Amino acid sequence: MLTWYINPDDGGQAEIAKQCTEAANGEYSLEVSVLPRDASAQREQLARRLAAKDSSIDIMSLDPPFIAEMAEPGFLAPVPEDVAQRVTQNVVAGALAGATWDDELVTVPFWANTQLLWYRKSVAKAAGLDPETAPVTWDQIMTASKDQDKYLGVQGTKAESLTVWINALVASAGGTIIENPEAPADEITLGLETPAGEAAATIMGTIGKENLGGPALPTEDEGASLSIFQGDKGSFMVNWPFVWSATKAGVEDGTFDQALLDDIGWALYPQVTADQQTAPPYGGINLGIGAFSNYVDLSYKAAECIVTPEHQAQYFATNGNPPSNTTSYDDPAVNEAFPMADVIRESLELAVPRPQTPYYNEVSTGLQQTWHPPSEVDPETTPAESTDLITAVLRGEQLL
Amino acid sequence: MTTVADKKPDLHDAAAKAGRSDRARSEARLGWLLAGPAFVVMLAVTLYPILQAFYDSLFNFRLTAPDDKSWTGLTNYSVVLTDPLFWQALGVTVFITVTTVIVELLLGFGLALVMHRAITQLRGLLRTAILVPYGIITVVSAFAWFYAFDINSGYINHWFDWVPGISPDLNWFAQQGTSLFVIIMSEIWKTTPFISLLLLAGLSQVPTELEEAAEVDGATWWQRLTRVVLPNMKAAIMVAVLFRALDAFRIFDNVFIMTNGANGTEVLSLLAYRTSIGRLEIGLGSAISVLLFLCVILICWVAVKLFKVDLAGGARGAG
Repeated sequence: MLTWYINPDDGGQAEIAKQCTEAANGEYSLEVSVLPRDASAQREQLARRLAAKDSSIDIMSLDPPFIAEMAEPGFLAPVPEDVAQRVTQNVVAGALAGATWDDELVTVPFWANTQLLWYRKSVAKAAGLDPETAPVTWDQIMTASKDQDKYLGVQGTKAESLTVWINALVASAGGTIIENPEAPADEITLGLETPAGEAAATIMGTIGKENLGGPALPTEDEGASLSIFQGDKGSFMVNWPFVWSATKAGVEDGTFDQALLDDIGWALYPQVTADQQTAPPYGGINLGIGAFSNYVDLSYKAAECIVTPEHQAQYFATNGNPPSNTTSYDDPAVNEAFPMADVIRESLELAVPRPQTPYYNEVSTGLQQTWHPPSEVDPETTPAESTDLITAVLRGEQLL
Repeated sequence: MTTVADKKPDLHDAAAKAGRSDRARSEARLGWLLAGPAFVVMLAVTLYPILQAFYDSLFNFRLTAPDDKSWTGLTNYSVVLTDPLFWQALGVTVFITVTTVIVELLLGFGLALVMHRAITQLRGLLRTAILVPYGIITVVSAFAWFYAFDINSGYINHWFDWVPGISPDLNWFAQQGTSLFVIIMSEIWKTTPFISLLLLAGLSQVPTELEEAAEVDGATWWQRLTRVVLPNMKAAIMVAVLFRALDAFRIFDNVFIMTNGANGTEVLSLLAYRTSIGRLEIGLGSAISVLLFLCVILICWVAVKLFKVDLAGGARGAG
């Protein structure tokens, strides 16, 4: 009996567990156990239990930013070479980077997520923009929504989603939040006091100060962004692909008109400047095998079953979570459920992971403390403030 | 009765001890046998974790880096005590404690008076009904209040948009003042019943003859309340205040659910949680927990020594 600790979803992982149990012919039986909804709460629970050498944790669905913290103290069982070779074939670049720590594959890539720019075709048309054919910049969508008195859908709440946004803005401006992620805590240097950090702060500060996100911005998460986007004030939104299946389900159960669905377009994440390629957010889930599990070999076997391209395609089509394996995108069911699958795949190739460091929680929380609320973000002071806070916290000189 | 016992000379006490009868001794032994196991369990589940936390607080210890554990003495305490975040969290915690206790005491006393005087026939039903908010799990009530005030899903903005300052665009959880208002309101809604029941018990202990005598002497309603009723239920009031103050000082759920400490609503328990559980910094987090514990001890000490709360007498009065 193997236990697979999963993040809550629409039942897709439980279904895959059932199929793998059947396919194993009695060799193992895979049972899922659901972790808290919030990614940081999932990390808290797993890290505490692994620190206590919990042998009941066989397989874990891990959010990529927390992988370094789990790998560094040896909480993850090493990936056997032959398994590593098999599970990395045809995997998108972003997902491979996210599954690796210290140049070694430490988890099995499962699904890979990325944010797209979702837009109301009517609003884009009125602004003379065509994001489908020509990439748009943050300035363009800010101006368009301001001119038409609409709200931008961005995640300004003090949570992980704010870090996702900051990282994408800094990376799209050609910067990086941590310059030496593999350094010990007291030697980590941040790349925020740079033109890229300032560009990111300028965009976020302007959206906050000019109320372009609406009054909900300081508490707006992905779900709240979607509600605003679906409403009368909806214009442009950066968000994960779940928004498509959620809106489609809303149309099917009669909450929304088909006209809303027809008015929704999608494109690559906005650029910071017109001449620089965008760097969309990267998310998803990788599978880690608990170092203290009594069945490490069997667990890797089960993990290989879970991540087959067929299962990834099925998971995408039913639960809206995009595959990390490129061959899964050829599945007809995928293209039927997600007409934007090709854009997602392209976005995954461009996606930049959040800083990979065992001190990710400190970095992410430090950013959230200093870049919230968005209306108080100032390009002249915010990057320096967050650098000072995070550096002091990592040196153990300050609370967070 | 207790004051008489306190005044007994020590010599007399010793003599009484020496001259204790066999019966008294065996009763004392039986007492220890009966209470002993519970006492041991209490020590195991309270004293041990407290000592462990104090021990851990002297180390630089991160749960995900067990090999790097090192002795730092009181460094963690100096980091915490010199950090403005700690003092801000302490300030917010004290503000919430003081505000909720005062409002709950006034409201609770009003409710207790209504139940005691006005509606005697329905008292049983009323007591049960009034306890409903107190019976709701705090996390559940926190979510209920959060969703009621939330700018996207809430109904408060729509129901009360005729009130100046409230509009559909008011985001309650985006500023410190409005966030604290909702958090405090939720606390008050939930725990006023507790205070009102403690005070009702205190009220029913006040001998009716005293009040009648005062009335015959021509005392007004206000004079009877302030000169007869309140002094006679002081013990119950102080026990209610002490219990609620200790409870309110450890506030966690409401803040965690509604703002998670954003916009300057951080409280001490949340800071301890985020440090120990979120950052897995066991050493630093334990230091905050120990300081929180010392604050709670201080509140008890102030109540017992300065305001002379007699816990045993109060409990009898409240019971």
